[in-house]
Amino acid sequence: MNDGRYGEFGGRYVPETLIPALNELTAAFESAVADPAFCGELTELLRTYVGRPTALTFAPSLSKAIGREVFLKREDLCHTGAHKVNNTIGQVLLAKRMGKTRVIAETGAGQHGVATATACARFSIPCEVFMGAEDVRRQAPNVERMKILGAQVTPVQSGSRTLKDAMNEALRNWVTHVRDTFYCVGSVAGPHPYPAMVRHFQEVIGREAREQFLAATGALPGAVIACVGGGSNAMGIFSGFLADPDVALFGVEAAGDGVETERHAATLTAGSVGVLHGSKSYVLQRDGQILEAHSISAGLDYPGVGPEHAHLKDEGRAVYAAVTDREALEAFQWVAREEGILCALETSHAFAYLDRAKAQTDGPLLVCCSGRGDKDQSTALAAIEALS
Amino acid sequence: MSANRVENAFTKAAEENRAALVIYLCAGDPTPAATVKLIEAIADAGADVIELGTPFSDPTADGPTIQRASERALAAGMNVPTLFSVVREVRRGPARDIPIVSFGYYNPILAYGEDAYLRDASEAGMDALLLVDLPLEELAAREAAALRAGLPLVPLVAPTSPPERVAKAGELASAFLYYVSMTGVTGSKSADLGDASERAAAIQKSTGRPVALGFGVKTPEDVRTVAKQTAGVVVGSAVVQQIEQADDVDDALRRVHALVSALRSATSR
Repeated sequence: MNDGRYGEFGGRYVPETLIPALNELTAAFESAVADPAFCGELTELLRTYVGRPTALTFAPSLSKAIGREVFLKREDLCHTGAHKVNNTIGQVLLAKRMGKTRVIAETGAGQHGVATATACARFSIPCEVFMGAEDVRRQAPNVERMKILGAQVTPVQSGSRTLKDAMNEALRNWVTHVRDTFYCVGSVAGPHPYPAMVRHFQEVIGREAREQFLAATGALPGAVIACVGGGSNAMGIFSGFLADPDVALFGVEAAGDGVETERHAATLTAGSVGVLHGSKSYVLQRDGQILEAHSISAGLDYPGVGPEHAHLKDEGRAVYAAVTDREALEAFQWVAREEGILCALETSHAFAYLDRAKAQTDGPLLVCCSGRGDKDQSTALAAIEALS
Repeated sequence: MSANRVENAFTKAAEENRAALVIYLCAGDPTPAATVKLIEAIADAGADVIELGTPFSDPTADGPTIQRASERALAAGMNVPTLFSVVREVRRGPARDIPIVSFGYYNPILAYGEDAYLRDASEAGMDALLLVDLPLEELAAREAAALRAGLPLVPLVAPTSPPERVAKAGELASAFLYYVSMTGVTGSKSADLGDASERAAAIQKSTGRPVALGFGVKTPEDVRTVAKQTAGVVVGSAVVQQIEQADDVDDALRRVHALVSALRSATSR
C-alpha cells in the first residue's frame, strides 16, 4: 500500500464531500488486508467460488505460428468469465465488513457489472450498475446476466454514452449516497485508494502465474502481455513480475481505427497527462476537455488509464503499444480456430501483439487471457463480415 | 485590488443586513457573447458575486441542468482563452465592478498550465478561484501561488466534513468558504435548507470566515431561509434553467433578470 501516488500520477482529485469516505475506505481496506480472518475468507472464496487457481495453458498452435513458446494465464476460466470477479469478491467482502448497505458500480463491457452483481448476490447486498447506453446496446447478453443476478442496470445517456460516462454517473450517485453506499470500482483507476486496492485484489493473477510458469518451465517468461483499458488485468499479472527485470512487460491498448485517426482508445500511446475520474494519469484530451474513446471492445473504450500504468510507462518498466480493431478481430478468430479458445475482444488485443512482443524479446511469452468472448459473438461476427 | 472585490461584496452585504447573493453561470451557455450580457443583467438585478463556470466535458459534481449547460457551452466553442475574453469584456462594460469567481474542474486548468491560468485569469479580471474537484490538500499546495496572483482560493466544505477539515478549510479561505448544503450534485432537490443553514452558521462561527451556502437553493423562499443565518447564498441551476427554457437570448436576459431580482429581494434579514 502506498500513499496513492505513483511518481506524479494518482492522488485524489474529487469533491471534498468524498474525502471522508475515501479516508474511511482506505482505513477499512488496510485493516482488512492485515486481518487473517478477512484474507482467509477471501482466499477460500477465490478457491471454492471463483475457481482459483486458474490454469496456465500451453498454446501449441500459437507457439508454432509465432515460432516461440506461448503460454496463457486463463482468467477466462474464472467464475463469470473474466478476471473482474477477483476484485469484486474482495471489494464486496470489504463493503460487508464496513457495514455498507448498498453497492454501486460502473461497467463498460459489462464484465465488471456482472462480476459485481454476482458478488452482491452471493453476499445478499443490493446492487446498482451504471452502464453507458451505447454499451447497453452492444453488450446485451451481459445486461441480461446482471438483471438475472438481481442487479438494477441504469443506462447512462450523457456524453459518449460509454464507460467514461458510466463512471461519471456512478461518482455522482456515490456523492449523493456516500454514507451508506460502497462504490465498487472496476479498474485500477479512480481516486486513492482504488488503484492500489484493485491492484491488490488482482495481484492473485500475477502471483499464481509466476509460480505456475516456474513449475511448468523451470524459468520465467521472456515477456508478459496483457490488454489495457483501465488496466486491471494487466496490473494484476504485471505485479507478479515487476521485480524480475529480465521479464519484459507489454500493455496493449486499443487503436480502434488507428492511433493516427481520432477514433481510438490508446491513452498511453497517444494521450497526455491529465486528471479524470479522481486521479492524475494519461488521458485523451483536447484543450483540457476529455475526448470520446473509440474501440470495438467496450472494455477498452475508455479515454483514461490507471495511474500506475502511467508511471510504469514513464519509468520505462513496461512498454505500451496499440493494436487496431481489425488486428484484434483477426486475433479473435485466430485464437478461437487454433486453440479452441473464444476469448474476449479485449483479450484479443493482447494476442494480436504476440509477434511484435516476440520481435522485442527472448524467451517464452505469457499472455493474460483476461476473459471469455461469448459476450462479443454478435459484435465480432458483424464486424468480421463487414471487413471481408 | 481584485482579491478585495469579493471580500468587499460580503462586507457590503453584511452592512446592509443581508446575505450576499452569489449567482452561478456556465460561461459560453448558450454563447460567449450572451454570457457577457447575462453577467450584466445579473449585476443589474442586484447580485453581489458571479460564479463563472468553465465548462468541462465530465462534470461529476453537477446534476443534469449544469451538465447540459456545459455541453451547450462546449458546442458553442467555449474554452479557457474565450473565458478570459468574456471577463475582459465584462470589465470594460457596465458590470465592470462585479466580483467574479472562476468556478470549475481542474483538468482544463492543468491543460492550460496552472501558473499561466492564475496569471491570465487575474489579468483578465477574475477575483477568486473555486475548483470543485480539488480537495483541501491539493488547494493547500496551490495557496501561495494563487494568492501571489491575487486569486484567493475558495475552499468547499461538505456535510460529511469532520471538524478538523472544516478548520483547515477556514484557514485556507481568504475570501469566503463555500458550504455544500447536502451530499449530492448541483441542482438536486435539497434536504432541509434550515438545517443546512444552521450547520453553515456554525462553520461561520468556528472558522471566523464568511460562508456562502449552495446546492439545492432555487427559489426566493429558499434564499430567505438561508439568508437569515449565512453570509452568502449561491443559486446556480435555477438560473441556468431559465437560460435553457428561454426562446432566445433576449428572453433569457429578461427571465434571468426577473429571477435574480426576486432572489436579491429575499436576501434581507
